[in-house]
Amino acid sequence: MTSVQESRTLHAPMKVEFDYTRSLGPVLSQFMTGLRRRQVTGGVLSDGTVVVPPPEYDPTTHRAISEIVAVGDEGVVRTWSWVAEPVMDQPLDKPFAFALIQLDGADAPLLHAVDVDSPADMETGMRVRVRWAEETVGAITDIACFEPLPSSTDAGSELPNEPGSDAEAVTGIVSPVRLAYDYAASPEESKFFRGLAEGRILGQRCPSCHKVYVPPRGACPVDGVPTTDEVELPDKGTVTTYCIVNVPFLGQKITPPYVSAYVLLDGADIAFLHLILDTEADEVRMGMRVEAVWKPRDEWGTTIENISHFRPTGEPDADYETYKQHL
Amino acid sequence: MAVRDVAVVGFAQRQMKEMDGSPTCVEILVPIFAELFEQTGWTKSDIDFWCSGSSDYLAGRSFSFVSAVDAIGALPPVNESHVEMDAAWALYEAWVKIQIGEIDTALVYGFGKSSAGVLRRTLAMQLDPYTMTPLWPDTVSIAGLQARQGLEQGLWDERALAEVSSRSRTSASDNEYAIRKGATTVEDVLAEEVYADPLRRSDCAPVSDGAAAIVLSTAEAPGFDKLSGRAAWITGFEHRTDSITLGTRDLTRSPSAALAGSAAGSQDVDTAELHAPFSHQELILRRELGLGDDVTVNPSGGALSGNPMFASGLIRIGEAARRIWSGESSRALGHATSGPALQQNLVCVMEGRS
Repeated sequence: MTSVQESRTLHAPMKVEFDYTRSLGPVLSQFMTGLRRRQVTGGVLSDGTVVVPPPEYDPTTHRAISEIVAVGDEGVVRTWSWVAEPVMDQPLDKPFAFALIQLDGADAPLLHAVDVDSPADMETGMRVRVRWAEETVGAITDIACFEPLPSSTDAGSELPNEPGSDAEAVTGIVSPVRLAYDYAASPEESKFFRGLAEGRILGQRCPSCHKVYVPPRGACPVDGVPTTDEVELPDKGTVTTYCIVNVPFLGQKITPPYVSAYVLLDGADIAFLHLILDTEADEVRMGMRVEAVWKPRDEWGTTIENISHFRPTGEPDADYETYKQHL
Repeated sequence: MAVRDVAVVGFAQRQMKEMDGSPTCVEILVPIFAELFEQTGWTKSDIDFWCSGSSDYLAGRSFSFVSAVDAIGALPPVNESHVEMDAAWALYEAWVKIQIGEIDTALVYGFGKSSAGVLRRTLAMQLDPYTMTPLWPDTVSIAGLQARQGLEQGLWDERALAEVSSRSRTSASDNEYAIRKGATTVEDVLAEEVYADPLRRSDCAPVSDGAAAIVLSTAEAPGFDKLSGRAAWITGFEHRTDSITLGTRDLTRSPSAALAGSAAGSQDVDTAELHAPFSHQELILRRELGLGDDVTVNPSGGALSGNPMFASGLIRIGEAARRIWSGESSRALGHATSGPALQQNLVCVMEGRS
C-alpha cells in the first residue's frame, strides 16, 4: 500500500480478475455455435415470434425453446444511447452508441454496440449491419459491433447469409471479468500499517470491555463500539495454536514443512496469524514464546510483511492459564 | 395478506459522495445503530434478528458483510442474515420472518461504497452473463435506451425529465444527507449539456456511498411500549420481477412495479418515496403505481439527490415512514428497485394510527 498524505486512510489500486467458465445448454449452444459460424440465430416462441438471443424457455408457456432459426445480420435500430465515456472492455474504446437492434427476421431486438463517430450519426429507425470480429470463437463478442448501412441499401439482408459453416460446435464460453478498485483500509487499519512502517505494532483497546485488538478493528466485535484507545504492543508473544503446512500450493513462497501459527502478542487479547521459522517444524508447540524477525529497515513499507516471521525466544513456555481463553 | 401487524419504528442513514474508509462501512454503521438505539430506547438485546443488504462487487472486499457484523457487537452470536440486494429486500426477509412468528423485532441495514470502483460498469455484473455482461453495458447507457423510447413515443419530453430532476434537487435542500441539492429550476437543468444522449448528468443519480438502517417491531414485542408512539404500520409489502432480457420488455413500462404496487395497495397513498435512479424512471413508476398529481413524490429529494447502492431503496422506505411519524402523511409508500431498467420492484405501504 502507498501512503497518500492528504488522505485519512491508506489507499491502493486493486484488481480483481477471474475467467468464468460457463457451460451452455442446448439453446445458447446453438446461438454461440451460430455466431462462431458468423450466423445470428433466434428462438421461436409459442406465439411464433422470433427472439434474439434465443431465450431458453418460453416466457408464456415456460416450455423449453426447441426451434432455432437463422436471422439476418442487418437490422433496424429501435432505440439507442450515446456512450460519451466508454468503460473498460466495452465493444469499442472510443465514444459509440449502445442500441437495441431488431435484426431482419426477428421480432425482438438485440442489445449491442454501433460504431459511429457522433450522436448526430445515430437515429432510431436507421439500418445497421453486423461487423464480425476478425476471429470468431462462439461468444456474443464475435459480433464486434454494428455499423450503419447507407440508406440506399434498404432491401434487407439475405437469409441466411454466407457463413463459414463448418466451425466446431460451441458448448461453453469463457467470460473474463476484470474489476478495478481504489481500495481503502479503515482508519484503524491505516494506523496499524503506518505504525508497521515505523517498526511499531499498534493495537486498539475497546473502551467498554478493555480488550486489546491487533490488528485494530473499526468496532469491538463484542460491544459494537469503536475501539478508540491506541496501544503499542511488543513484538514478542506466545503461540496459542498452530498448524504444520505440508501441502504444496500455487504461489507458495516457503518450502514445506513449515509452521503457520496464531501468535498472541503480550498485552493483546486477540492472536494473529504469522509464520514460525528458524526452528524445526516439529519443535513448535502451544505456549512457545516467540519474537518478531523484522526485515531490513530499508525494505519496510506500510505492510505486515515488514515482519518476515516469528522465531523462538528460548524463554520457558508460557503457562497454559495465560492463553487458554484464546483457544 | 399480513397476519401480524408490523411497524417501522426506527430509521437512520448516512450518505456521502465519497467515504474515505473501509468498504465494510463499520465506521458509519456504528453511529447509525447508536442513533437507532437512541430513537427506540432499545439495546442490542431488544433486537431478535439482524439482516443486511450489500454486495462485495461494489468495492472489491470479499465478505464485507461478515466484517460489517463487527458493528453489531455480535458476541454472544446474534440471529443474522444477508441478501445481495438492496436492503429493502432484507427488510422484506425480516418482515416475512416476523409474519411466520419466529421473531418480533428486527434491525435491517444496507451499506455500500460505490465510489471505490466504476459503479456504472460494476453493475454490468448483474446482467445476463452469456449475452450481456461480456459487452459491459453500463447502467447509464441502459437507462438511456429506456429514456429515448419514452421520448420518441411521446410519453415524456426533455422538459418533463428536467421537472423531475429540478424538483428532486430543490426538495433535497432540507435533507441533511442529500449529496446533490439546492433550489434548481427546469431552465437550469435544460441549460446543462447532454451527457449520455439522451440523458443529462442531472437525469442520473449521483454515485454515492453510504448506509442506512430500519427497525421493525410488532405491537407484542416486549420493547414496544418504550417507543413513544413512533410507528408506521406496514399495510402491504410486495415485490415482483420482470425478465432480465431487455429486448422482450417494453422498457417504457414496468409490469413488476404495477403488480407489486396493486398488491401492496399503492393507489391511495398521499406520499411516495420512489427509488428512481434516473429521472424518466420516476415517470414510469408514477404511472405503474397509479400515483395522481395530488401525491407528494420524493419529499426527501429521492435517489436523484443521493443513491448509496444497497441502501437507497431502504432509505426510501425510511423516508416514507418518517413522514408518517411526523404526521405529514397518513399513508405513504416506499419503493425500491434493483436490476437493469426497473427490472425488479418492491413496494412497502405504511400508515399512521392514532
